[in-house]
Amino acid sequence: MNVQTQNWVAVGVLEDIPRRGARCVSYGAMTIAVFRTENDRVFALEDKCPHRNGPLSQGIVHDGCVTCPLHNWVISLETGQAQGTDEGATASFPVKLEGGRILLSLGRA
Amino acid sequence: MQKLVIIGAGMASGRLLEHLFELDPDAFDVTLFNAEPRGNYNRIMLSPVLSGEKSYEEIITHDEDWYARNNVACRFGEHVTKIDRERKVVVGENGEVPYDKLVIATGSAPFIIPVEGRNLPGVVTYRDLDDTNAMIEASGKPGAKAVVIGGGLLGLEAAAGLRLRGMDVSVIHLSGHLMERQLDEAAGYLLKRDLERRGIKVHCNSSTAAILGDDRVEGVLLEDDTAFQADLVVMAVGIRPETRLAVDAGLEVARGVSITPQMQTLNDPDVYAVGECVDLDGMLFGLVAPLYDQAKVLAENLLGGEATFVPKDLATKLKVTGIDLYSAGDFSAEDREEIVLRDAAAAVYKRLVLKDNRLIGAVMYGDTADGAWFFDLVKNGADISEMRETLIFGQAYQGGTPLDPMAAVAALPDDAEICGCNGVCKGKIVNAITEKGLTGLDDVRAHTKASASCGACTGLVEQLMSLTLGDAFSPAAVQPMCGCTDLGHDDVRRLILAKELKSIDAVMQELEWKTSCGCAKCRPALNYYLVCDWPDEYADDYQSRFINERVHANVQKDGTYSVVPRMWGGVTSSKELRAIADVVDKFNIPTVKCTGGQRIDMLGIRKEDLPAVWADLGEAGFVSGHAYAKGLRTVKTCVGNDWCRFGTQDSTGLGIRLEKFMWGSWTPAKVKLAVSGCPRNCAEATCKDVGVICVDSGFEIHFAGAAGLEIKGTEVLCQVRTEDEALEYIVALTQMYREQARYLERIYKWAKRIGYDEVRRQIVDDPERRRHFFDRFVFSQKFAQVDPWSERVSGKDKHEFRPMAIVPKEAAE
Repeated sequence: MNVQTQNWVAVGVLEDIPRRGARCVSYGAMTIAVFRTENDRVFALEDKCPHRNGPLSQGIVHDGCVTCPLHNWVISLETGQAQGTDEGATASFPVKLEGGRILLSLGRA
Repeated sequence: MQKLVIIGAGMASGRLLEHLFELDPDAFDVTLFNAEPRGNYNRIMLSPVLSGEKSYEEIITHDEDWYARNNVACRFGEHVTKIDRERKVVVGENGEVPYDKLVIATGSAPFIIPVEGRNLPGVVTYRDLDDTNAMIEASGKPGAKAVVIGGGLLGLEAAAGLRLRGMDVSVIHLSGHLMERQLDEAAGYLLKRDLERRGIKVHCNSSTAAILGDDRVEGVLLEDDTAFQADLVVMAVGIRPETRLAVDAGLEVARGVSITPQMQTLNDPDVYAVGECVDLDGMLFGLVAPLYDQAKVLAENLLGGEATFVPKDLATKLKVTGIDLYSAGDFSAEDREEIVLRDAAAAVYKRLVLKDNRLIGAVMYGDTADGAWFFDLVKNGADISEMRETLIFGQAYQGGTPLDPMAAVAALPDDAEICGCNGVCKGKIVNAITEKGLTGLDDVRAHTKASASCGACTGLVEQLMSLTLGDAFSPAAVQPMCGCTDLGHDDVRRLILAKELKSIDAVMQELEWKTSCGCAKCRPALNYYLVCDWPDEYADDYQSRFINERVHANVQKDGTYSVVPRMWGGVTSSKELRAIADVVDKFNIPTVKCTGGQRIDMLGIRKEDLPAVWADLGEAGFVSGHAYAKGLRTVKTCVGNDWCRFGTQDSTGLGIRLEKFMWGSWTPAKVKLAVSGCPRNCAEATCKDVGVICVDSGFEIHFAGAAGLEIKGTEVLCQVRTEDEALEYIVALTQMYREQARYLERIYKWAKRIGYDEVRRQIVDDPERRRHFFDRFVFSQKFAQVDPWSERVSGKDKHEFRPMAIVPKEAAE
């Protein structure tokens, strides 16, 4: 098939994730961190800091960013880009809320 | 060299000396008398000292070094008994000093209403540090009641401060509304309502008949026979110039010491007067701005100049945190017109008084941002007919589009007064910045004095710096906590207490955080401060804790965790070791290692396994070792007199006792203890945060050691005789550190910053304070000593340890 479609997979409901927190989704060998912000927006990043692979899901969530627990890199939840003077990016995944359910797009296979 | 004698070391004479030394440091040989046993401090800031928002040390203007550097002969704590103008000598209690020029700067004395009981112990005035300390002491008694007589500036600042210290406070005021000399009735009402919301009772139209009590004050009786209970009565009904010495010396005295505009007394050209004690054509001066003007004039004239002092209009601000009030000029003139704006919902009241199209007075309550601008219009006598329609909305609404605050400051004329206390105008500040290349707020304060007294104009000064320097200016005279705020850690801690802020949201709202929910630097710090300050009321916010404290284990570089159970005092048993061995086998834990703190670390545990690991350890009686915490970590011990032939005390027992008493407490940074049974010091107690060296006669307590990034031997706190005392001192020291240090600041850094002697003063020399620290620690432990592992084994935060979903690779394809 040549038509690329997004596959949305339900991974849980909003209340599963604490505000300003994250939960993990295992996807094969990969771990994806799903974040919930102060104002209930949801984002998904691969759970790997571009610096030294730190588990971003364990970091502190503030405004639109998460601070990696290993060496305090600040990563944008929206783009996966490192902020400030640090350089690097982690993979981000489309995610949306539908009636409280969290749907994750694991991409064009 | 000419001899200059000054009587009184207050703010006016202090400023005089500064000018004098600046103009000609070698002109005079100066002797300075002061009845108070200390030098010049910023008396305006006694209110923040009373409320606990500042310490005395922070308000000292001239310290010993300053006097020594300028060769001032200080005669502090010595009363002057006489001025002998014939022989040109000043007679002090400890001897005479001859003068060529004499300056009388005796200030003012509080007015005491002549009622029965006014001399009872417990009746104080509010003029100096001793009064302030007496009030602070009286407020220490739980449930104590205070009556403040006088609802003027000083009385209300005293009332607010005492209330913040937890006293039950009533204000008795003679007039129909508060601060009647500065405020009109409407603003007086808003002020009364705000004070009542803070729990201060206000009684206007009340006249004091007597102060009651036998051997100390017990109450206050009003003319209408109402009575109030009181453990403390503060008399703040006004001041009068202190003129006794001048009268005795035969100088001309009206209400104050009569002077010429050149600051000279009328009948002796070698005797001058300055400050609150003077009387210029019937005018007295109580606010600091004119006193500083006088000081400048006098300094020039003492050096042969011919400057004259011209009184100016004055603006008033009340220094009570959280109340914005501003009043300037005249609002009782005849033929006046008025413009009034009220916004009840926002509790804003503004009143402008006009005469002949000129602004002559302004009263503002709730929103005082335009105070300086209005005051400027008053002083310049500007014609406001063009902007009369929109005048009351403030500067931002003049000339079309509203200006942002920065543009408003930019639009101020060069002679606009920025600092009312020190009479510093915009042009002077801007010049100082550009000519002297100043970049920090402290530099500007040092060079211009702007915002150096009451500090209310700090924001304006910073805006000016920002305008002048552009991006080169960072307003961080104090290192801010992080990019989310301009406040430093100490200010934030102080304001959390002063404003009773009890949640992270409240802190960010009230202290005007610049981000919506903070960052990874400020959130953990705020969470700690709130946990420490409100142990029973604040709900710990786990999302504001670093991962290690959130999951009670140490994250490792590969995302796995390490787990360290507590081994009290480093003592273990076969049963415990067997349980650890079983856990290691069961969960395939790859590495087991002894830590530097005499316990066992299991490394490489997967996060999902943590609750099961803890469950097994918990069954064997283990609790969390908090090896991950900004909190009490280990208490290292040696075997002491149980086994060792050199041991002098039961060092192991004391170590275990300390650890069982203190485990679970959160601290600004990690805290490691050690107890050595003799000075051979096998437990290495002399490089710990707190250490004990046992000796035959008792216990030597050490603190502020370090053996990490820096290496530092401990300081000795003191020696005590019993284990009980050792426990009390160490716990009190820890609590003092918990309450005063900045987040992530180890004990050795904190103690060095505030001074080792200050720690000794509060912990060793002041038994009552020590006891209070101890009690507060014990109280907070009631909420802190919960084993986090067993909580999580029973299901708390279980979301932390499980993936939300497992998506097979195929599902998405």
